[in-house]
Amino acid sequence: MAATRVSASWQGKPKGRLAQLKQRVSESTTAWLYILPAALAMLVVTLVPYIFQIWMSFTDFRVKNLRFNLLDPSTWEKYAPPMVGLGNYVKILTSKLAIENYNFARLFAFNVTWTVANVFLHVVIGVTVALVLNAKGLLGRRFYRSLFVLPWAMPGYVAALTWRNMYDERFGAINQLLAIVNRWLGTSLPADTRWFVVTQPPIGGLLSFLPLAFYCVLIANTWLGWPFMSVVATGALQSVPEELYEAASMDGATGLQKLRHITIPMIRPAMVPAIMLGTIWTFNQFSVIFFISQGNPFGRTEILITQAYKLVSEQRLYGVAAAFSIVVFFILLGFTLIQNRVTRATEAYNE
Amino acid sequence: MSKRNRAILRQIALQAFLLLITAIVLFPVLWIISLAVDPRNIDKPLSLTLIPPGATLDAFRKVLFGPFNLLCTNPADPSTCMRFSGLLKNSLFVAMGSSLVAVVTGTTAAYAFSRFRFIGRQAGLLGFIVLIMLPTSGLLAPLYVLLSQIKIGGEPLRAQLFGLVLAYSSGFLPFAVWTLKGYFDTIPKELEEAALIDGAGTFTTFTKIILPLAVPALAVTVLNSFMTGWTEFILAWSFLEDPKRFTLAMALRAMQGQFATPWSEFAAMSIVMSIPILILFFLLQKYLVSGLTLGGVKG
Repeated sequence: MAATRVSASWQGKPKGRLAQLKQRVSESTTAWLYILPAALAMLVVTLVPYIFQIWMSFTDFRVKNLRFNLLDPSTWEKYAPPMVGLGNYVKILTSKLAIENYNFARLFAFNVTWTVANVFLHVVIGVTVALVLNAKGLLGRRFYRSLFVLPWAMPGYVAALTWRNMYDERFGAINQLLAIVNRWLGTSLPADTRWFVVTQPPIGGLLSFLPLAFYCVLIANTWLGWPFMSVVATGALQSVPEELYEAASMDGATGLQKLRHITIPMIRPAMVPAIMLGTIWTFNQFSVIFFISQGNPFGRTEILITQAYKLVSEQRLYGVAAAFSIVVFFILLGFTLIQNRVTRATEAYNE
Repeated sequence: MSKRNRAILRQIALQAFLLLITAIVLFPVLWIISLAVDPRNIDKPLSLTLIPPGATLDAFRKVLFGPFNLLCTNPADPSTCMRFSGLLKNSLFVAMGSSLVAVVTGTTAAYAFSRFRFIGRQAGLLGFIVLIMLPTSGLLAPLYVLLSQIKIGGEPLRAQLFGLVLAYSSGFLPFAVWTLKGYFDTIPKELEEAALIDGAGTFTTFTKIILPLAVPALAVTVLNSFMTGWTEFILAWSFLEDPKRFTLAMALRAMQGQFATPWSEFAAMSIVMSIPILILFFLLQKYLVSGLTLGGVKG
């Protein structure tokens, strides 16, 4: 505790080991008193369920086992789920689950593609708009700035349902917009596309595992996600000294050179943590997938977290779902460790 | 081309780009508004008009004052159905309760992690990070079993609103502790040491010096936890039994689940539910970015 540290240094006497230990213990007691309420809540509502979940992941836990109560021995014999060891994990990783169209490798590849594509678009659009909004002599700057945070401020679940409605094949706004474009410009764009049913991938080759539905959810989630990056970039741009640009202009630098050698390095420290946060959010972006594409067509736009939810809510395979969540945990752990490495590298680069 | 003409051309190009972005941002918002005022209550409007023919605020009136015929203790009797005011009370209880619990327990814990060097600090911090990464999706079943065992007032905690408050706030706590701790780390220690020398106690220092400086991180915590409580419906839907305890988010979800979604009412309800979040968001906006990103920089 700061108080004891200050007073101890004032006494100026070297303290005995016992006194040191005593101080450390009393400091620890105070610290734990501060942490106690949070720790208690976490213990009851998070940690214990997690431990329970780890145990569940090694069992074939189904609906009837919900009556199983560890504290009540009379339920043990009748409701205890059978242990299956690593069976659930093996089934998940080797794609032997009794779910239609389940394939772990594809699911994982899709989830990573989804995250990378989204974060890339959010950052590029976000930074571009921030740069435009930062242009000298721009009219209506404040108006645009407050308007553009709207998608970020809207509750995600309401936004997702609105997009779902807009993609409706018959009366949705998107198809109607295409029809209007056709009428005005005399083009013949299809205005009756069934966005989440079409299986023919719009881009072939390496990207042929991405159905049309992927691009639809990508657009919706980009609509939702870019304002956050834009706001962060706007904040960072305020701290770039104007003199740097003036000096560069005198040396005859072009706009693109200034962007590459001044703007990007200067806003990088602020963008890196925002990108890390954005990656975790996007990787687990439940509501956009769950409400808009619902995993269609044929589970090809399912991400790990929506698949885990379906295992519980539709299949009632609690044991498998628990194992699934633990697999997701290890994937995120790997992600975070890699990102940490990359961030450290950028920190060193900046110094 | 003269300098002035070039400036005008540049302005036009910038404005054109920004107006395009404005159109994209506003399109879904206008779409939901036009659904809400459409008197036909049909699936989706048949034409793209902002104000459909015969626009009315009927849907808003129905949502705000009428009974929700899907949320009734006795479906045959409309007087047992939930109304907006009751749902709002429950939603406010859950959302405000969650943010209160998350802020109070989160700040004190984060303060201890930031300022004290104590036994078990590293392990505690590590525990919190690990919990951020564990997906909550798998917790539905274990939490259901667990909260059913805890009985308060003869009723399982699971079926009570307080159980939801506990579940939401603790689900959010690891993130809150992590953000707040990162933010506290950026506040110089000298400020507190000066206050301590002036005779302020540890607790006074915490409430009078640290908390006012940590407003951005607190704003993020409040907003996020309030938003979770306000919009979450999966846990609520699986845990609560008595319609008297249902929330607005659940009512909105129930409309979607129907065979024929009453789209105008659904849109009106979406707008009504978004307004408090929008207000809160714009009030706290200037704090959000620094509150979110500073915590990430300092590990």
